[in-house]
Amino acid sequence: MKHSWWFVPVLLFFLLAQTGCASPSSQLSKGEDYLGTIENKGSDTIVNLALAWAEEYHQIHPEIRLSVTGGGSGTGIASLINGTVDIANASRRIKEEERESALANGSDPVEYVIARDAIAVIVHLDNPIDHLTLQQISDIYSGAITNWSEVGGEDRPIVRLSRETNSGTHVYFLEEVIRLGDKENDTLFSRDTLLLPSSEGIGAEIRQNPNAIGYDGLGYVTEEMKVIGVATATGMDFVFPSEQTVNSGEYPIARDLYMYTNGQPEGVIAEYLAWVLSPAAQEIVSELGFVPITQ
Amino acid sequence: MKIELQKQPTIKEFAITLLIKIAGYSAILFVGMIFLFLLLEGLPAVQQVSLESLLSNRWYPIEEYYGVLPLIGGSLLITFGATLIAVPFGIGTAVYLAEIAPRWLREVLKPLVEVLGGLPSVVLGFLGMLVLSPYLRELLDLPTGLSALTGAILLGGIAIPTVVSVAEDALDAVPKSYRDASLAMGATEWQTIWRVTLPAARSGVLTAIMLGIGRAIGETMTVMMVTGNAPILPRGLRDIISPVRTMTATIAAEMGEVANGSDHYHVLFLIGIILFLISLVVNVTASAVVFRQKEGQDRILS
Repeated sequence: MKHSWWFVPVLLFFLLAQTGCASPSSQLSKGEDYLGTIENKGSDTIVNLALAWAEEYHQIHPEIRLSVTGGGSGTGIASLINGTVDIANASRRIKEEERESALANGSDPVEYVIARDAIAVIVHLDNPIDHLTLQQISDIYSGAITNWSEVGGEDRPIVRLSRETNSGTHVYFLEEVIRLGDKENDTLFSRDTLLLPSSEGIGAEIRQNPNAIGYDGLGYVTEEMKVIGVATATGMDFVFPSEQTVNSGEYPIARDLYMYTNGQPEGVIAEYLAWVLSPAAQEIVSELGFVPITQ
Repeated sequence: MKIELQKQPTIKEFAITLLIKIAGYSAILFVGMIFLFLLLEGLPAVQQVSLESLLSNRWYPIEEYYGVLPLIGGSLLITFGATLIAVPFGIGTAVYLAEIAPRWLREVLKPLVEVLGGLPSVVLGFLGMLVLSPYLRELLDLPTGLSALTGAILLGGIAIPTVVSVAEDALDAVPKSYRDASLAMGATEWQTIWRVTLPAARSGVLTAIMLGIGRAIGETMTVMMVTGNAPILPRGLRDIISPVRTMTATIAAEMGEVANGSDHYHVLFLIGIILFLISLVVNVTASAVVFRQKEGQDRILS
């Protein structure tokens, strides 16, 4: 279903298999020397990154087991509140309601910004359009603009693609792009927006359909799609998403990615989070197409 | 000795009969419990969400728009389209297999059809997404190939093996003497099939169609991958070329992240109830039709 779901079990298996293989060579007698298991769950955007970290961390600290699963930002936070995971991954900030229900449950979520993610607006390679303003993107997705010719392109209907409503990326795009960050604005996605369950679904449609426009994390963009340059307003410079433009704040559609722990972390969890924020771990962030945080 | 021998089988028989009885009733019990669970989780939706909202035609749960009509419409449209495809192809294949094909070909074809029935729906979804939908978009010059039509074609494909398998068994069960009599009266092979064999196997064939419909309406993965999932209320058959969102895809896509006990959660269960009722109606209609026909047949025979 969601992009990541398919290979999460596979990667987990791989990870566990490695655990099995690594133990004898690392002078650890199986079982007794494990200091603990860290349960890590949440955002599908982050799951690949979290898995890569878990694998790398396991190389350095074979005594720690990390179990990583996806399911969505909300799922991760809900599990944190229920106390079934140690770290929740989220591609959006924890909601006020969620924080309240956590407090009611006796836990106080602590937030860590662990990486940044640029959301690229993508079209088919043959689409002559190569830049749009935020307002134009908003109008396209709200249904005010329905033909590519209205933004200077060919006479073709616009097919809007989006992730499903349970995706943190969907919510971010609604709030920051369609509503242009205005809390009072209650514009919605146009009714005929296709809601695709996976990043792969969006990629497949963008690759073959010249009418389509979509958005997704920069890490999911491939050579077979065209990335649109975005300007914050008419007359401003068009900026393409990259590590540099995200960190300088020039590219407007970028967000922080989070990990949440249940209260101030201690012991192995605190050590793991410290490592996640270290330059070594942040290098993996760039390898996967996300933007590392600069300290 | 004698008494013991007699006694043992009685206890055994009693136990076995009881076990079989329990097994039989358990099916009813399970369905009943599932329905009760659905009701308990789904009915609060009617209290918490206004009827007006439920009957609107906008589905956008994260902003509390809970209009279920587009979802029901989407499911019905796709199922109808799939039935239009699966019935002629399914019955046609069944007739060919049972009546026309030589023995050896039948031995080859029937397992093949059954293999088709065993294809995981996610695989068909992949094919639909990467092959069928781009092809349909270019062929029909549609804005996008992710549409109800693509879903209906794939669901038709999924339902065909069910229809073929059940209908073929029904046709096979028609006594050979019926055909012989018809042919002896001078009827052609086609007349025999159309006027004698098919009507004789009518109840089985209808069951096949109903099972096919049931298979189509409950399918989730494939439709989620190829129909675009845009909750647009279909206004008629011509909307088959536009994207739709089905009830099954909605539950599958949204149940994972819904907060337990929220309005959205209850509305998803309400959709589950609607889906349950629709398949119940399909099944009851099927057995009612079959039952009435059996009565009719008995009367003719007696």
